Amino acid sequence: MSYLGLTDADREEMLAAIGVATVDELFAQIPASVRLDRDLDVPPALPEVQLVAHLSELAGRNAHTGVELSFLGAGIYDHYVPAVVDVLLSRGEFLTAYTPYQPEMSQGVLQAIFEYQTVICELTGLDVSNASGYDGTTVAADACFVAKHTSDRAKVVLAETLNPQVRHVVKTYATGFGLEVVEVPHRGGTIDPDDLAVASADAAAVMFQQPNFFGCLEPAPELAAAAAEAGAHPIAHVDLMSLGLLEAPGAYGCAMAIGEGQSVGCPPLYGGPHYGFFAARQEFVRRMPGRIVGETVDLDGERAFVLTLQTREQHIRREKATSNITTNQTLLALAGLVTLTWLGPQGLREVGETCFALTEYAKERLGLPLVFERPTFKEVAVRLPRPARDVIRDARTLGVHPGYALGRDYPEMDDVLLVALTEKRTPADVDRLAAVLAEVC
Amino acid sequence: MELIFEKSRVGRRAGRAPDYGLPKPELPLELRRTHPPRLPEVAEPEIVRHITALADRTFGVDTGFYPLGSCTMKHNPRVNERVGGLPGFRDLHPHQEDEGAQGALELMWRLQAILAEIAGLPAVTLQPAAGSQGELTGLMLMRAYFRDRGEERDTIVTADTAHGTNPASVTMAGFRLERVETDARGNLDLDDLRGKVNERTAGLMLTNPSTLGLFDEGIEEVARIFHDAGALLYYDGANLNAVVGISRPGDMGFDIVHYNLHKTFSQPHGGGGPGGGPVAVRDTIESYLPAPVVVRDGDVYRLDHDRPKSIGRVRGFAGPFGVFVRSYAFMRAYGPELREMSEVAVLNANYVLARLKDVYDLPYDRICMHEFVLSARNLKREHGITALDVAKRLMDHRIHPPTIYFPLVVPEALMIEPTETETKERLDGFVDAMRRIAEEAAESPEVLKEAPHSRPVRRLDEVRAAKQPVLRYLFDEHPALVS
Repeated sequence: MSYLGLTDADREEMLAAIGVATVDELFAQIPASVRLDRDLDVPPALPEVQLVAHLSELAGRNAHTGVELSFLGAGIYDHYVPAVVDVLLSRGEFLTAYTPYQPEMSQGVLQAIFEYQTVICELTGLDVSNASGYDGTTVAADACFVAKHTSDRAKVVLAETLNPQVRHVVKTYATGFGLEVVEVPHRGGTIDPDDLAVASADAAAVMFQQPNFFGCLEPAPELAAAAAEAGAHPIAHVDLMSLGLLEAPGAYGCAMAIGEGQSVGCPPLYGGPHYGFFAARQEFVRRMPGRIVGETVDLDGERAFVLTLQTREQHIRREKATSNITTNQTLLALAGLVTLTWLGPQGLREVGETCFALTEYAKERLGLPLVFERPTFKEVAVRLPRPARDVIRDARTLGVHPGYALGRDYPEMDDVLLVALTEKRTPADVDRLAAVLAEVC
Repeated sequence: MELIFEKSRVGRRAGRAPDYGLPKPELPLELRRTHPPRLPEVAEPEIVRHITALADRTFGVDTGFYPLGSCTMKHNPRVNERVGGLPGFRDLHPHQEDEGAQGALELMWRLQAILAEIAGLPAVTLQPAAGSQGELTGLMLMRAYFRDRGEERDTIVTADTAHGTNPASVTMAGFRLERVETDARGNLDLDDLRGKVNERTAGLMLTNPSTLGLFDEGIEEVARIFHDAGALLYYDGANLNAVVGISRPGDMGFDIVHYNLHKTFSQPHGGGGPGGGPVAVRDTIESYLPAPVVVRDGDVYRLDHDRPKSIGRVRGFAGPFGVFVRSYAFMRAYGPELREMSEVAVLNANYVLARLKDVYDLPYDRICMHEFVLSARNLKREHGITALDVAKRLMDHRIHPPTIYFPLVVPEALMIEPTETETKERLDGFVDAMRRIAEEAAESPEVLKEAPHSRPVRRLDEVRAAKQPVLRYLFDEHPALVS
């Protein structure tokens, strides 16, 4: 096998040094009854040329955004990933390094994580960020866990307009955490602050999404205020790509801000790997899950970076740790850092403006009834004359994926299509979508 | 070196978003951003140089030998990166209808089948994002299994050699922890174990081979003790690299297994992630697996969301798909010769062990599996040199240190995992460095105390980092750099 580097002569020499005659003897400690006495029943080895051909054949049977004009969003967005991200991903030093336990070997990746933490704090308007969580769903569960342990309350309130997968994961984790989960229904596409105030009584945290799953802009400052008034920690689930235009959650009183980082720096990749980000006010730092990089000095007094506050973590605190997380999503988070550096404050604002303008253009151009009379950012829910699933099936035969069927998660919205607009779509693309929808509806 | 924020100048930029000349709509005033984020303002050439300079200050498997125990730092084949970037994978939206994602679903189904064969267990979920999430998933599965049977069991047994993730996962899953000791040969202490397993025991979490790099010789009896008590066995796959194609967790008696795709199956570690932590289970547990699950109906593949007994979703979508592509490609490159991968991993470890055990203490003197644990306590006793000093001095040999001070049952532990992808020359180079360091401990201990001498930074003040945490760039101390 080409990934192995021993010659037959090497093997003989090594076995002699160990003092055994065969490799088999090394496995004598495994009881015979639990040893596999046959070859693994797996497909035969493929040489690299055939391996690439096989994977290419599989890849070729997927309708990706290069062969289908897609307006799918609903949590994962087809934003442009700049070419400089490839510089990062192609450097073997980053790609093949482990978690930076030995800081003298890993100053580059540690500094990069420190820079990532800084941009996440800047975008969210909060004090501290970890080095990333798995994705936008698990960081939500993490945030609920932090809220519980900093409030002595065991209830969390989730907006019904929060991404259904995020709510689902919070519920999966809730039993083990000893959390009760309550959901607040929407009124006309957004959460009513008065409804939220009632639900927030005795809650550890209130989590809402901005822009929400329907693409609508929530009255986020009012929601945060209603939660805080009831003594619950307000947590905003946000889209980094929106934060050049939309107010930072920290500026309207959120205790924590979390979300799916995919829109900044990661292609859709059929759902991952991406990165979840987690930012909080200073007071939560010692309860935060995950790796955190801090600045310090070396023996010569030179600035240097190191994993810090490790007494929160599983390898030190074991069953008393704030989380079991070890492997996170560092490489993807750094792709986010590079993308944000490439965009800068002005570029980030421009992406937001382009998405926003395209969405307004689509509302007008599609000529379909809007489901919600609310301001939107880069996604809009429109009502179709027939079930969205059927429309999607028919539109796809014409080379267009028109969007997400909201009926998948909200049964009463069977005829609702959620259309996402990133800066990669053009007004001409929207015109084509309008024509296709007119044809199949 | 400078931080990216220190290279920033107001008005500089790299990327631009397209402007399609559409009318500019207005956001509601109360939702608009009031202060622009202080993102770096840097032109593209300096971004590229910054990334390159950071890479130069980072050490990966591509740079040199990386025997970090329990982390399986093997070579990451580059063909996996190439196929991971195919547009049909990279640009596939996860909400795409199943009929538009048949290639991706088939890949996942095939990966599940190979993983099932390796574990010797029939059903697999690919969803968990990493090994520790696989652990948590496994514990949730135990809870669902016992609840369904109307049994109240609240205790999980772990070994004193377990990774910290095991006890942390036990807490997160809402179980109570019971710890069992290791005997003089490095196996679970069966007498201690028998006294701790009862009708409240939900299960065991065990890494086998253990973090000592030793296969538990009493594994059949261990399994019998738990199964006789009606409890389940969970296999932590962190050390699976020792036994692929040689011994299967399912055959050892384990009911639930997690894999680390980023260890055994060569997903690059990426400086801390991403990873993948699929979980395999016995047929009696299959119905509780996280939804969705990839299934095949005839020649058609689909995501099955209709799993009424499922514990629910543990992350978004069907899992870290890009990791699946790489690990699947890795497995297909080997085929049944995956067995040879493990054989060479074990051969390499034993060779290095054989050549080092006369200069470092070996607390458990046995043939090891894919890794082994030495102790620097002899150097500490005789010369005041610690495992940390040894680790730091290895850096001057351009070798990444092993895992140190773990497992906790061994003082001054040095946990060494060479992996199968190293040549004999690399192994010999490491042995020479370790032997030289042991000599230096006697001759010139101050050289070790001050090591490393050749890295971009010297030893760090880690206490200061924790006592006075600075966790982000402090713009206010550098007002000239921002508008």
